[in-house]
Amino acid sequence: MVRSTTVLTPSQVSQYIKGFMDRDRLLSGLLVGGELSNYKMYPSGHHYFTLKDGESALRCVMFRGDAASLRFRPENGMRVIAAGRITVFPRDGQYQLYCSRLTPDGAGDLHLAFEQLKERLFREGLFAQEHKKSIPQFPHTIALVTSPVGAAVRDMLRILGARWPMSKVVILPVRVQGEGAAEEITAAIQWADLHQAADLMIVGRGGGSVEDLWAFNEETVARAIYGCSIPVISAVGHEPDVTIADFAADLRAATPSNGAELAVPDQNEVYSGLLNLRDRLEGGVERRLDKERTALERLSRSRAFTRPEAYFQDKRMLLDYQSRRLSHGASACLSGQREQLSALAAALDALSPLKVLGRGYAIARKKDGQVMTSVTQTAPGEEFSLRLTDGSLRCRVEDQERMNRDAVEKEDEF
Amino acid sequence: MARLEEIVTLLERGDAPLDQAMSLFEEGAKLLRECTAKLDTAEQQVRLLVAGEDGQPQEKAFPAQEE
Repeated sequence: MVRSTTVLTPSQVSQYIKGFMDRDRLLSGLLVGGELSNYKMYPSGHHYFTLKDGESALRCVMFRGDAASLRFRPENGMRVIAAGRITVFPRDGQYQLYCSRLTPDGAGDLHLAFEQLKERLFREGLFAQEHKKSIPQFPHTIALVTSPVGAAVRDMLRILGARWPMSKVVILPVRVQGEGAAEEITAAIQWADLHQAADLMIVGRGGGSVEDLWAFNEETVARAIYGCSIPVISAVGHEPDVTIADFAADLRAATPSNGAELAVPDQNEVYSGLLNLRDRLEGGVERRLDKERTALERLSRSRAFTRPEAYFQDKRMLLDYQSRRLSHGASACLSGQREQLSALAAALDALSPLKVLGRGYAIARKKDGQVMTSVTQTAPGEEFSLRLTDGSLRCRVEDQERMNRDAVEKEDEF
Repeated sequence: MARLEEIVTLLERGDAPLDQAMSLFEEGAKLLRECTAKLDTAEQQVRLLVAGEDGQPQEKAFPAQEE
């Protein structure tokens, strides 16, 4: 029964329904469990699949960002739980689940617990690389925290014995599966650490089902390994088995045998290493002695040893040379000074008052020898002498006449 | 072994005074003899380590497991 006469377009219908669904509380966040089918990964990075049960199918899309955080590889037929919201894709007019998280269902409980614990401990820093201790190169005592029976302990002992029998091995027997196993493993690690029973520890067991290995996924074991001051190698199960203990350990071995290999060096390699060191040691000292010997020979061939007198000859030649330089320098110096002296004598001669006398001047001296420069220095009747160029005259003052200053200067102009 | 490596490296660098180089060589030769002797004589020791009555670690024989 048609209630409205308004004609709508498909777009309008889709939009109307979409609005409905988007407002619905259940559809905006729900979990859907089912079987995967038609799983496709597009080059765009988006994943498209269908969830089925016996009667029905639900189209799903997981966008690239969410698909990138998938922790497993989805496969058709796998039972999964998808989380997301349901709405309409208007282009197709189809509703679908926009999946934000996909987890396996079934084996899932343990798996989920594993992933959750792994995530939590990772965030807490228990797996941090900077916390990892280094494995000693030549461990003195190795503690094996494992079952004392079974193939794993035998494999480890065989390999440790073959590779490096120098290390003492102590076995801390623990149950490695079933109720209480995790507690025993935890206690053994802490006890060995408390008593410093070893300088390297291998914690592990042989292969088994996920449930068998579960003790090594327990938080207490991971924390004991993390807190242990002795370096720990984890060696659990077979190659593909990865446990929480592996992440917490200082070194992860793929198997118990591999753990033993990683724990100790191979004595044959060490032996050939020693031979190599011996060669280098002897070679090193031999080369050193050769070098010193060569240096000694070079020294003994030097002139100082072969012709010691050459040294003195050289010095004598140097001495001669220097003394020649010295006498040459001294005479050059003397003649220079002689020239300077005669120049000075000529200058002195030019300034001599005797020369002035030769030009008609006379020096008047009182009887006490004092040179007269003023008429006031004498009086009429006083005797004085006149020094001329070729001798002296004895004279007496008849009269004195003093010229005034202007007259003197005037006379000087003549 | 680490000391031995160190000695060899020092000798190969060749800048140590001669008398020091000679004593390094003697030390190296001695270490070499000791290391080799240890390798030659070693026999693996395996013990079971359990807590005694006082809680202290106690070593016990580990039964050799034959197939």
